[in-house]
Amino acid sequence: MADATIAGRTRAPSAPSGYFKRLSASPGQIALAFGIALFLLLFLVVPVGTVIYVAFTEKGTGEFTLVNFLDFARTDLFIRSFWNSVYVSAMSVVVASVLALPLAYITTRFEFRGAMLIQTLGFLPLIMPPFVGAVAMLLLFGRNGTVNLLLDDWLGLKIPFMEGLNGVIFVQAVHYFPFILINLSAALRNIDRAMEEAAQNLGSSGFRLFRRIVFPLAMPGYIAGASLVFVKVFDDLATPLLLNVKDMLAPQAYLRVTSIGIADPMGYVISVVLICMSILAMWVSARAMRGKDYATVQRGGGGLAKRRMRPWESAIAYGVVLLILFLVLAPHIGLLLLSFATVWSFSPLPDAFTLAHYGRVFGESFVYVKNTMIYASIAGLIDVVLGTAIAYLVLRTKLIGREWLDWAATAALAIPGVVLGIGYLRTFYGVQLPDGTPLAALWIMIVLALAIRRLPYALRACYAALQQISVSLEEAAENLGATKLRTIRRIVLPLMGGGILAGFVTSFATAAVELSATLMLVQSNADAPLAYGLYVFMQSAAGRGPGAALGVIAVLLVALCTFASHVIIEKSQKAKAAGR
Amino acid sequence: MLRHSVAAAALIGTALFSGVAFAQSGKVTVVTSFSKDVTDPFKQAFEKAHPGVTLDVQNRNTNAGVKFVEETKANNQVDVFWASAPDAFEVLKGKGLLQKYAPKAEGIPDKIGSYPINDPENFYSGFAASGYGIMWNDRYAKANKLPEPKDWQDLAKPVYFDHVAMAAPSRSGTTHLTIETILQGEGWDKGWRTLKEVSGNFRQITERSFGVPEAVNSGQVGLGIVIDFFAFSSQASGFPVKFVYPTITTIVPANVGVIANAPNKAGAEAFVDYLVSPAGQEVLLEPSIRRLPVNPAVYAKAPADYPNPFKDPSLGARVKFDVDVSEKRTNAVDVLYDQTVTFQLEALKAATKAIHDAEAAVAKKDNADAKALIKEARDLVAAMPVTEQEASSPEIAGAFTGGKEKGARQAELEQKWAAFAKERYQQAQAKAEQALKLAR
Repeated sequence: MADATIAGRTRAPSAPSGYFKRLSASPGQIALAFGIALFLLLFLVVPVGTVIYVAFTEKGTGEFTLVNFLDFARTDLFIRSFWNSVYVSAMSVVVASVLALPLAYITTRFEFRGAMLIQTLGFLPLIMPPFVGAVAMLLLFGRNGTVNLLLDDWLGLKIPFMEGLNGVIFVQAVHYFPFILINLSAALRNIDRAMEEAAQNLGSSGFRLFRRIVFPLAMPGYIAGASLVFVKVFDDLATPLLLNVKDMLAPQAYLRVTSIGIADPMGYVISVVLICMSILAMWVSARAMRGKDYATVQRGGGGLAKRRMRPWESAIAYGVVLLILFLVLAPHIGLLLLSFATVWSFSPLPDAFTLAHYGRVFGESFVYVKNTMIYASIAGLIDVVLGTAIAYLVLRTKLIGREWLDWAATAALAIPGVVLGIGYLRTFYGVQLPDGTPLAALWIMIVLALAIRRLPYALRACYAALQQISVSLEEAAENLGATKLRTIRRIVLPLMGGGILAGFVTSFATAAVELSATLMLVQSNADAPLAYGLYVFMQSAAGRGPGAALGVIAVLLVALCTFASHVIIEKSQKAKAAGR
Repeated sequence: MLRHSVAAAALIGTALFSGVAFAQSGKVTVVTSFSKDVTDPFKQAFEKAHPGVTLDVQNRNTNAGVKFVEETKANNQVDVFWASAPDAFEVLKGKGLLQKYAPKAEGIPDKIGSYPINDPENFYSGFAASGYGIMWNDRYAKANKLPEPKDWQDLAKPVYFDHVAMAAPSRSGTTHLTIETILQGEGWDKGWRTLKEVSGNFRQITERSFGVPEAVNSGQVGLGIVIDFFAFSSQASGFPVKFVYPTITTIVPANVGVIANAPNKAGAEAFVDYLVSPAGQEVLLEPSIRRLPVNPAVYAKAPADYPNPFKDPSLGARVKFDVDVSEKRTNAVDVLYDQTVTFQLEALKAATKAIHDAEAAVAKKDNADAKALIKEARDLVAAMPVTEQEASSPEIAGAFTGGKEKGARQAELEQKWAAFAKERYQQAQAKAEQALKLAR
């Protein structure tokens, strides 16, 4: 279907382009591929390999064996966990799509006041600080949270939002739907306006126009987001554990890897299964896109024509947007309340409010904020550079084994942070700097770990952005005599701009609140990021308020950066549109 | 190849700079699982007592802390390991990561309650103690009309069904000790019966010790089985929670140990000495910390209602605790609990609920057959896949250590035990439901 509508215009050069340079790889590209492969090998494959090779060894002898995988298949708990994980991930994609589609569509397709603000707010759920986010969510939606206490009072009923697998789906969908929102929005902005106009001229409009033309053209963005949601939910351990759902794969791996004193290979076996499943999911999504060409030639027109809404349309649109925003921002509203609350226990709202928590964290939060900014932005930069490079190599060259770069980077999603942390200690702690401090003690290792862990986010965004650019533009530039490098710099990168920024923001924001690998690698308070400070507070009853205050600071910080980058996107697009 | 070059670089690095790496400095590095509320007052007090020395506190959860010390032993930068769970210290000791040090403190007895304060070989020392008990949210209890619990057995009553939480013993060393105490106090079979009757009422089995007080504080569960200081510090922060020591409770020590090859060995020993000195012991009395000192003399300075395990026999003294028995079966007990309770909680709860319902019906209308069925159901729930002897046998213990000897793999045992429990819970539920029909 998508082919039929799009191919007519964009596939045109496919026959004569056979001899074009995209078939070959220049020495520069080969060197780049090797560089990236080396980086991934050094900072991902080797450290993780030193930890999970245990999955393939026999108990007692240490010899190679696959018996542990047989054990996995024979254990009811693991099989049950496996199917639970598949079910939860798939359903989370469905629910997240329901949340993300209206927001993305309304804000990119219509003249909508506050579109930028909504894009930013819709992005916030991704920044759920560890522990406090969970507490806030329970205080609102838990069995005795605000909503259920009020419902019980008024109607005598309770809704199990947070119970069992459905609870996990609810929380995961709210938490990760921004992946779809941000990638889909970027894709919608990139759509050639002429496509839409052509369809309109041919008599298509309304929902049909969206279903047959707009959505299919934005498919790369949607798939990028949806596959990320699927894999991320599949590999996420924090949310199920917070809801005390233990029969899913990622929590099982975590519980086993972190048990003291038990040398059990099954935790690592599950990690291997997680990695395989993640790669499989990415492969399937790449497969689903194969044979379809989503690239459009005309670019920089500011994307879809923005339509002015009629008053009643406008009212509905605002209603829908506000409802979704309220739902997905509830945890952050809860977090804000918690940070001002004296005591909040078994009541719809806190007993009283205070500023004391902010006073307590004010002094020490400065160093955390500074570190977080430094770590997360360097990690984000590394991610978009690698992400762009890998996307380019995979989509624009025919290097043998180029998909492996993509898959290796994606596998990082599936690796529990604690496994990566242990791997880093094991690999790099023995390496000493001239003054005797171990290499792994340097803060740069935290940055590298963060970059590796968040690389898949940036990669998917860059990948989707490049998929939407027609090769013929590059071919045209090269025919006019531009070198490959110049073409990339002057044509490819500017056109990918929105996607790259989307990737940076996602990596940056999520790196800013990551904890599990950080907790392994932080060596002193002076090097600690916000998430660590938060962790330290959240281990005691008195620390709940200050922890929430730090969480609010983290969210605000990331929100400001996100908002700034949205402003930049809008400005650059306006500038482009004006220059046309 | 890459690994080799890294290893080579490490070797060269060690050879060149080992002299510098172990130089003395005024910094004592402590890896701890204690929260800021505990570490901050100690840091202040210690630095005041030892001018020029800074205490560098690295907060990690116990698991991460143990792994960290283990992975970094080749180039150790940590001086002290400071945490609650005695099992973590046992692991560190077993791997040769601790060094012996007997603190220079006087007046500290051998035992608190029935638990030895210090490691007999002096690899680690107890500096504080805590007792286990039941904490509950007052608002929650009033709203759900729950009576105040007094003892462990109370928690098995039908009224508390779906209202109780506890940390998994495999995740919380102190919870493990509580379970072990019940098993030793009541005997293997009766102990497991009690544990499963109580566990059948659980709402949650959390994977962090602090998850339990957190859930009770926010009112998500009504009651929790917790260490006392969680409850006391929650009260100090204003949460509407209450706490009771059951008539028989365990006292578990919190420990400190010097890491092998500590870069600042003298500083590390000074810190351990400070913790057990009278000045250090008094810091424990602060409301935000509120743990029980191991020096009996310090209780003279405590507030009037402060629990004193050296005077109050219900605090631990009545309990028998055999460390050797416990050590042999640590992993077996944890895995047994996880496989028969934690991961089978739904089936266990369904059986428990059915039994409660049947018993309520029989109480109204007596029926001998129904009673017999209920007894069968209870026995099915209580049944364990291994006997006490088997649990501490080398074959089973060997399955968990990943040791050199061949034998059963952990995954095989787990599947066997889980299937055993699940099958019996389903049978028990069926029998109880049958009893309910008879008694109607």
